[in-house]
Amino acid sequence: MSAITADLPPSYLTHEFTLRSWLLSTDHKRIALLFFASITFFFFVGGFAATLIRLHLINPSTHLLQPDTYNRMFTMHGIVMVWFFLIPSIPTTLGNFLIPLMLGARDLAFPRLNLGSWYLFNVSGLLAIYFLVAGGVDTGWTFYTPFSTLFSNGHVIAAAVAVFVNGFSSIATGLNFVVTIHRLRAPGLTWFRLPLFVWAIYATSVIMLLATPVLAMTLALVAVERWLGVGVFDPSLGGDPLLFQHMFWFYSHPAVYIMILPAMGVVSELVTCFARRPVFGYSGMTYAMIAIAVIGFFVWGHHMFVAGISTFSAIVFSLMSFVVAVPSAIKVFNWTATLHRGSISFEAPMLYALGFIGLFTIGGLTGLMLATLDIDIHVTDTYFVIAHFHYIMVGGTVSAFFGGLHFWWPKITGRLYSEACARGAAILTFLGFNLTFFPQFILGYLGMPRRSYTYPPDFQVWNVLSSAGASILAVAYLMPLFYFAWSAFRGERAGPNPWRATGLEWRTSSPPPERNFERTPVVTCPPYQYDPVDGSYVAQDGVANA
Amino acid sequence: MQYASLAQQGETAQLGMWVFIATEVLFFGALLFAYFICRLSYPEQFALAGRDSKILLGAINTVILLTSSLTMIAAIELVKRGRRHAERLLLLTALLGVCFLGVKGYEYVQDFQDATVPALNFLLKPGYHPPAEIFWIFYFVATGFHAVHLTIGIAILLIMAEMTRRGRFSPGYYAPVETLGLYWSLVDAIWLLLFAAIYPLGRAAS
Repeated sequence: MSAITADLPPSYLTHEFTLRSWLLSTDHKRIALLFFASITFFFFVGGFAATLIRLHLINPSTHLLQPDTYNRMFTMHGIVMVWFFLIPSIPTTLGNFLIPLMLGARDLAFPRLNLGSWYLFNVSGLLAIYFLVAGGVDTGWTFYTPFSTLFSNGHVIAAAVAVFVNGFSSIATGLNFVVTIHRLRAPGLTWFRLPLFVWAIYATSVIMLLATPVLAMTLALVAVERWLGVGVFDPSLGGDPLLFQHMFWFYSHPAVYIMILPAMGVVSELVTCFARRPVFGYSGMTYAMIAIAVIGFFVWGHHMFVAGISTFSAIVFSLMSFVVAVPSAIKVFNWTATLHRGSISFEAPMLYALGFIGLFTIGGLTGLMLATLDIDIHVTDTYFVIAHFHYIMVGGTVSAFFGGLHFWWPKITGRLYSEACARGAAILTFLGFNLTFFPQFILGYLGMPRRSYTYPPDFQVWNVLSSAGASILAVAYLMPLFYFAWSAFRGERAGPNPWRATGLEWRTSSPPPERNFERTPVVTCPPYQYDPVDGSYVAQDGVANA
Repeated sequence: MQYASLAQQGETAQLGMWVFIATEVLFFGALLFAYFICRLSYPEQFALAGRDSKILLGAINTVILLTSSLTMIAAIELVKRGRRHAERLLLLTALLGVCFLGVKGYEYVQDFQDATVPALNFLLKPGYHPPAEIFWIFYFVATGFHAVHLTIGIAILLIMAEMTRRGRFSPGYYAPVETLGLYWSLVDAIWLLLFAAIYPLGRAAS
């Protein structure tokens, strides 16, 4: 640690070096790094499962995995990636680090609760590792009843408890953000002067708070049913398995917006900074995010079009799913309009952001296809669905996460990374991602079911392409580990504001001091006062070209 | 900016508790939603099973818990005014909470003797069908989760009583007690909803 910080000024990284000062820290910046370590670990656990799946699917006749092992692998991939990486990814790391800085605050409203959230996350992580080591779960990440409660051979109770505890971590983090954004804004920082990243985290937190408890209760009922052998979803008692699907998707569809809204916030910051233009339609962007958060609660039934819901409710859910696409499209148009007549430069974070816009658009448009009732019936539970949501979650969220990480890395560590390596990784991510998942659209349209152990030989060429793309993607995701590690030790000093950006987080030193600001900043400007003609800017506290 | 005053800190703690209450509403709301959906499917069976629930014990517990909310609010007022022995009212509140758990435990024993505990000794009486067991699953999950919340509340009450006794609070700083009061009211309000859903509505004919 001391090697990393030897030539840096006093900061949150250097004021104490003991292990205790990290593990018991209530500093939001240190907790962000603790979360970063935890979720990176789980990213590679989930990635390992994905690697085995893609290796297995290269050949339809020589089987790498036993059928039962294969089921456990895709379940592990889903559970770990959804709850232990994607949902906490941007909020707990970049959100934790940046929200107080962007608000001009010293810390979150409840610093000890923040630390508690990390411990809860790790307790749930240990439970997850327990059920994986003990033999895994074979239900798929969706835990559909009655298979999960009455027939599955896996460790369903341990998995349900892991996700249940994980939910408390989510709730604690969301609660902290909501209260902080309400109560701890710097003088002059009105709601409509907040950076869009703050708005995005706010909308995300509201969904976390209102959706997660429903998942907790649903999984509690599943665990009880599995434990006792009788339960409310048990059809032999007259219980209703469809009720489980309703309750599960009431959480799990909004969970998609928990994953994508923070990504939208990150991309908004990156696009405006590297186009040197104010965000087009700032207030429209904020309303769009709130609209997504609200409407997102009323579309869950589109996961159940073939499950036996009535035609009338299917039509309503289909309509609502089209409606939620409107604010999403507004955001895409606004990012594009921000680029128009901008003075664009292609640094690594911007490459990730532009990749995000393209991939998110494809994911969103195929989402409209799936919201259409008759197309959905044709492609339900095929690779078309898999490709669609990976375009949103991996092409969208993970790209934005990496983009944000590159953008704020100089702020977090005080050092720059190799721009050439980073651009290479960003381009490889985009290429590898498309090669992995575009063939899956075709596979799904041709009829290959998801979670399938094998497939007809005709499909092999697309599966080989997909697996080849996955290997490129793996390289692209591993590269930052190396150049970031190099940067942490040897990187050039970044200075407080290497990107010449306008947010308050850039108005303190890099890395920030323990208490964030020398004195509380006073906000006099809206965000994103960039000038595309000469590239100049005015920071939110009114200082020009600082 | 961070807290300029204790008052600002207190208001922030209260806002945090209100947000937490919103999550609890959704937590128990999901359970009540599932309960009413199932009740809608099997109204006769739920009414039959509901009539085996112990409404007198439930009513006694409702009175106990409402009284405890009164003592809780009185305790907050005493702490706010800096009166001595405010901790006694906090301890009384905790005692009423323990009484509630005692009555609830007695009720569980009675339920067991009536052979209405799912998976353990559930017996289908003549005229009853399997969905009746679903009523009892809801009953135990709902009252069980409520009891967990109440137990946590009692533990925090004891801590707050000890802090009050040591003079940690004053008319200028009593936010933790007030925030606990919010939580206690939540536990009370959830019980009112559960009581209404399980005992009177439970036994109402379709």
